[in-house]
Amino acid sequence: MDKKNYAEMVKRYSPNSKIFSNCLWAFFVGGTICLIGQILTTLYMKMHFTISDARLMTSVSLVGLSAIFTALGWYHKIAKRAGAGTLVPITGFANAVVSPAIEFKSEGYITGVASKMFIIAGPVIVYGTLASVIYGVIYWMSRRF
Amino acid sequence: MNYFWAFVVGGALCVIGQLLIDLTKLTPARILVLFVVSGLVLSAIGVWDKLADFAGAGATVPIMGFGHTLAQGVEEAIKQHGFVGIFTGGLTACSGGVSASLIFGFLAALITKSKSQS
Amino acid sequence: MYIKYKNSPSITAWASVVGKKESEGPLAHLFDECSEDDYFSKDTWEKAETEMQTRCINHLLHKKGLSVNDINLFMGGDLCNQITSTAFSMRDFGFPFLGLYNACSTMAESMIIASCMVDAGYTDNAIALASSHFCTAERQYRTPLDYGGKRTPTAQWTVTGCGSVLVQSMGKTSFINSAQIGAVVDLGVTDTNNMGAAMAPAAADTIKKYLKNSNTKASDYDLIITGDLGEVGSALLKDLLLKENIVLDNHIDCGMVIYDEEQKVQSGASGCGCSASVIAAKFLPEFEKEKLNNILFIATGALLSPATSMQGESIPCIAHLVNIRSKKETKK
Repeated sequence: MDKKNYAEMVKRYSPNSKIFSNCLWAFFVGGTICLIGQILTTLYMKMHFTISDARLMTSVSLVGLSAIFTALGWYHKIAKRAGAGTLVPITGFANAVVSPAIEFKSEGYITGVASKMFIIAGPVIVYGTLASVIYGVIYWMSRRF
Repeated sequence: MNYFWAFVVGGALCVIGQLLIDLTKLTPARILVLFVVSGLVLSAIGVWDKLADFAGAGATVPIMGFGHTLAQGVEEAIKQHGFVGIFTGGLTACSGGVSASLIFGFLAALITKSKSQS
Repeated sequence: MYIKYKNSPSITAWASVVGKKESEGPLAHLFDECSEDDYFSKDTWEKAETEMQTRCINHLLHKKGLSVNDINLFMGGDLCNQITSTAFSMRDFGFPFLGLYNACSTMAESMIIASCMVDAGYTDNAIALASSHFCTAERQYRTPLDYGGKRTPTAQWTVTGCGSVLVQSMGKTSFINSAQIGAVVDLGVTDTNNMGAAMAPAAADTIKKYLKNSNTKASDYDLIITGDLGEVGSALLKDLLLKENIVLDNHIDCGMVIYDEEQKVQSGASGCGCSASVIAAKFLPEFEKEKLNNILFIATGALLSPATSMQGESIPCIAHLVNIRSKKETKK
């Protein structure tokens, strides 16, 4: 039995993800989170926030809600079914920050909570910032010429 | 109608994420990075604003909106401060979401502890 | 390496302690202790696993009416880095201790070496133990417990459980007749969410070698029990052996019996506590009831770490086999 043959065998015996039902779950849960976001944005605009501030307040509120759900142990229960529906919205980013903070509390507030907080979400900030700097250079040069 | 499109567009972006998980070997962390960077690119080429105009939170709540915030932030900062804006724009613009996550993460760690799953 | 024990040491006592999810499964009534609290009244998961082991050892000693000083040798391990759960439970017992790690095959590994020590006459008793805890394993190998994610259909669920056995030179039943120490096999599986597929070739390799060395057939045994291959791995094992003309129709997998359908564990269970607690709770008592006479117990282990899988390495796996019989084999 060589590796290539075995890989084919493994593929044959390993059940595939149920793509259709996974996508349905992702669509409805993800859509619902965005809908809540839209309701919040509308509410904040009625409170006379500017559109960009209202969006910021929406993000902060959703992050807060996600933190509460994570702390109560509900977020991973929803995510178990929703998959990308809870991963892609900003609540997924918040869950990725809050869950290690809670998990590594047992290793202390400095060496646990703080140092492990961005263990999952860190790459988003690193590559997001890098990409923004690259774009910034291009944008800055395009304005000069 | 705003609510309808927020739901549909937001849901659809999540479906793209789900397809990436199920059909490729990409891990969730890689998908998040991919989404943020593609949000930034879409914003840079001007597609994102159009999407956000009619989908509202359907475009801004998914993590791609984070990429848009970064792109918009760096543009604004360069317009106002010139060259230094390249360095300050991105992180300044996304500081709200990041700080909120950090603060709530710390508070959550203060009041609760890790729970078993079933 | 094939071992034929000269004096067939005996497993004279066994004990098992499990956590909440296992308490809700079909084997709940067989374990010595089911804890509703996965923290086992401690404040960290690592302390919880140590406490689970401590309780398991106490059950074992209690069953034979032995005190801590009666035990000459202890060996075992767990899945935590540097096998700390076991080392820390040893702190309170003070047994002479050999720490062992072969991932989820640790129980069979411990039983083999304990039997060697007893068989050779260096000691007349030895304890073999293995444990795993869902929460210590999850936070070390995967993601924080509160992190939301979807499990793939091939994923296995780490058992919160501990199993231990007492091996003695004299006993009435469940004699350890022979064993096969497995070799590392790696057929290139890199998916850490498909451990069963990674481990199946190792199990097939060990079973094939054992049957050849002992000059027996698979059908000679009442049961061939594998530890933690799950549904995917079990199907692959049967197919791999069929290609070698070995028919496996008396096979049962510990990872497929500890939870039921409704508990939603995808491909089954894993973790060294799985095979350890299931062999101790479900199968060894059957020898006493004379329902089992001759079994093969094959525990399989995936010898990876988070670092090696992030570096893109495939998963080296191992399987160790123990043959347990109700009667001592009479010399021909």
